[in-house]
Formats: sequence, C-alpha cells, structure tokens
Amino acid sequence: MIGLARHWREIPQRYRYEAARCDKCSAVYFPPRLVCSKCRGREFTKTVLPQTGKVETFTVIRVAPTGFTDEAPYAVAVVKLDDSIRVMAQVVDCEVEKLAIGDRVRLEFRKVQQDGEAGAICYGYKFVPEA
Amino acid sequence: MEVGIVGYGAYVPRHRIKVEEIAQVWGADAPTYKKGLRLEEKSVPSPDQDVITMSVEASRRALRRAGVDPFELGAIYIGSESHPYAVKPSGTVVAEAIGATPNLHCADLEFACKAGSEGMFIALSLVKAGEMKLALGIGADTSQGAPGDALEYSASAGAAAFIMGRERLVAACEHTFSFTTDTPDFWRREYQHYPRHGGRFTGEPAYFKHTLSCARELMKRAGLEPGDFKFAVFHQPNGKFPLTASEELGFTREQVQQGLLSPSIGNTYSGASPLGLTAILDVAKPGDRILMVSYGSGSGSDGFVWRVTERIEEVRSLAPQTWAQIKDRPVYVNYGTYAKFRGKILKAS
Ligand SMILES: [Zn+2]
Repeated sequence: MIGLARHWREIPQRYRYEAARCDKCSAVYFPPRLVCSKCRGREFTKTVLPQTGKVETFTVIRVAPTGFTDEAPYAVAVVKLDDSIRVMAQVVDCEVEKLAIGDRVRLEFRKVQQDGEAGAICYGYKFVPEA
Repeated sequence: MEVGIVGYGAYVPRHRIKVEEIAQVWGADAPTYKKGLRLEEKSVPSPDQDVITMSVEASRRALRRAGVDPFELGAIYIGSESHPYAVKPSGTVVAEAIGATPNLHCADLEFACKAGSEGMFIALSLVKAGEMKLALGIGADTSQGAPGDALEYSASAGAAAFIMGRERLVAACEHTFSFTTDTPDFWRREYQHYPRHGGRFTGEPAYFKHTLSCARELMKRAGLEPGDFKFAVFHQPNGKFPLTASEELGFTREQVQQGLLSPSIGNTYSGASPLGLTAILDVAKPGDRILMVSYGSGSGSDGFVWRVTERIEEVRSLAPQTWAQIKDRPVYVNYGTYAKFRGKILKAS
C-alpha cells in the first residue's frame, strides 16, 4: 500500500498521465525526473501520454500482496503506448487466461486501492481492452 | 441567447448479470421480472469502479465531443445516490482527473434518481445566467438493491456527462420545467447500506404522477405536443414504467425505443434518463426535438426540451456511442461473483 501523501503528490501522473519531455533530447519520462538520464538536461516540458497501446508482455498475479488479494488472479502488463514510452499497469475487464501479447488496450480511470471501509480511496489508471 | 449541450459522454461498465441468475438464487420467478418489468440483464460495476471513475470516463468523452479546454469549465456538479464518500465531494476528484481544477465551482448533488438531471439543469442555468462560459453536469450511480429485494433485479451502474455552453451547441435547450412533492416512495437513512421502499407508494403516486405531470406541464408551457418530438426519454427504473408513461402521454414506441436502455443495462438511477439522452443524441438528426423527463424518489421530475443542431453530425463519432458500448463484449458474471463485486459477502476482517 502506498501512503496517502505520496499518492496525492503523484496525482498529475496517476489521474492525467502527465509525463516530462526533455527539451534537449526529447526523451520522455513517466514519472517525470529532474535530470535527463540520456543527456543530463534539466529542462523539461509537460506532455500527456497517449492513452492507447499494445501489450508487450504481461504476468498473471495469483498470490497477491496485501490489499490486492480479492483481485487475484489479475494481470499486470507492460504496454507500449502508441508512438510513446512503455507503462506498466494492471489489465482489467478481461479474462486473464485469454490475454495475449499484442492485444490492444487503453487507459481507464479506476480505483487502485482503498484503506479498508473507512479510509481514503486512491484512484489511478489501469488498462482495459480497447473497444 | 441559446444555451445547451456542447458535448456529451456516456460510460457503462462491461460486466452484466442476467435476471435468471439473480432469480435462481432467491427462488424467484424470472419471467415475472422479464415479462412483467421488461428487464433482461443489468450492468455491474467491478470492484475498482465507482461513481467517480465512471464520471471521469464519461466526462472525458464529453470533453472530446465538446472540443473545449477543461480548464474553461466554470463548474462541475455530479448527481448521485452512491457517491463513494459520505463527506468529500466526488466532483473534486473528477475535476482534478479531467484537468479542470482549480478555478471552478463544485458540489455533489443528491436526489435519488434525478440528481443527475438536476446537475444538468444547474450547469445549464449558470451558463444561461452568464456566470460562466461552460459547466459540466453529470448523472452517475452504482446503486444497490438489498439481496433478494425486487430492486436487486434492476439497480445497476452507469454515468452520463454533459458540458453546457452557449457556443457550438449539439443540442439547444428550448424549455425546462420541474415538479416536486414530498412522497415517501423510497429512501435510505444515513449509515444504512440498502434503501427501503414504501411499497404502496411506488408507481402511481410516485413515478407516474411526477413523470406525467412534469411532461404535460412542460409540453403545455412550450406549446408542444408529442407529435412535435422525434424522440422522448423518461426515467427508467425498469423497462415497463417508461413505456406505460410514454403511452399515456401519447408517444409511440418508435419515439422511445432508442433511449430505452433499462431492459439491457437495468436502472442506472441518476444516470438513467441522461444515458438515454446520450443514446438518442448518437442517432438524432439536426432539427430533431427530444423530450427528456427524469424522476427521483422523494419525489420529483425534471423536464427538458432539446433541439438537435447541425454540429451533432461532427461530434457523435468522436467518442464511444452508447448502444455500441452496451453491446461491446459484455462479460457475464454469476451471482457469486456479483455478490463479491458488490461487497455483499461478509468477510473476516
Ligand atoms: Zn535529454
């Protein structure tokens, strides 16, 4: 479980898929970084990631960590976003046994975790099969 | 000055449960619900979906059709009876997710199944008053019926979002009217998980009285008759009530068919007539008039007369259309999975 303060700081990424593009070499960072690991550049421009892509690889979690046990089995995939970078997230609304490398997916806004019945709800992105 | 809808968006969860699946668990007679109430199946939100997630998706779709900068939205109103938090507005999360913060008004609304249409009215009125250029009204619910209760066959999930404005309209609002009384047909007290209904008050003195009174008075004030409308959409707690109401008002089956979603997805509560309106906008032609009348227990009905404009042709394919979403690879769940999804199973803590 991630803390509430950290989740709140990451709202631009978790809610709006905001990444940073290096002004010098155009490398895209998600989450954003302070220094470009390719050219050491320190100037970045905000960019919004494309919301569709293709499953490059995935794994099925059958023994889930605390907070996610009710969701098992669930798939976590590395997705190559269209003309952009790779992002890792859960894939939902699909039968995990039928998920395949190359499947088209898109980002959707979902609940990611909640602190029991009384705690805060953390929202973020997951992948779903593209319509 | 004309005001109306600049962009609209719909969201329906992919999971479904069939009436038969619920009926066999409770030893109930499925045909009673299928024939009697015209219900086939209903949408089921997965455990990671709620009013906030569905509202975000519906709003993003509305923004795509509106083609406006979310930062220009002056207000966001979400109507629902299943806001995830008792205290902390759903609208704050949605506004943040769509990039509309921080310069806007926000509050959540509640009025059983008509909170969504009330949100639409407030958004529309603020724009009309010149307070703001654009405002977002949303109707969304993930409603629950008690296990074995008649409402369990219909209570479902969905969201519809409408961006109201003055320019580049897809549908202009020609008239509105609202009808409200104190009627104890349905309620849920604080801290209660499931709603209660005052059996004898359902139907005649509640849904029909308010829906018909609102529709009649609205048409009278607008100087319009059923024949002046291409489409009509009414609140749809099941598949039967809206058909009965529309017949009584003098509308034909053809006028209501496109917006009648409840047999396929159930009663989406605050999302119901707003979602029906999105399905109509998906096919309506410029110049078509649409009558919309919501109903919320407690009780009240909001009525709108919409007139579709030329711009509809440019925007409808910019986001997933409502019937296409409903028919797109539904995932059927059994009652056990449904009960788990909806938190109906008591677990060791
Ligand atoms: Zn660089």
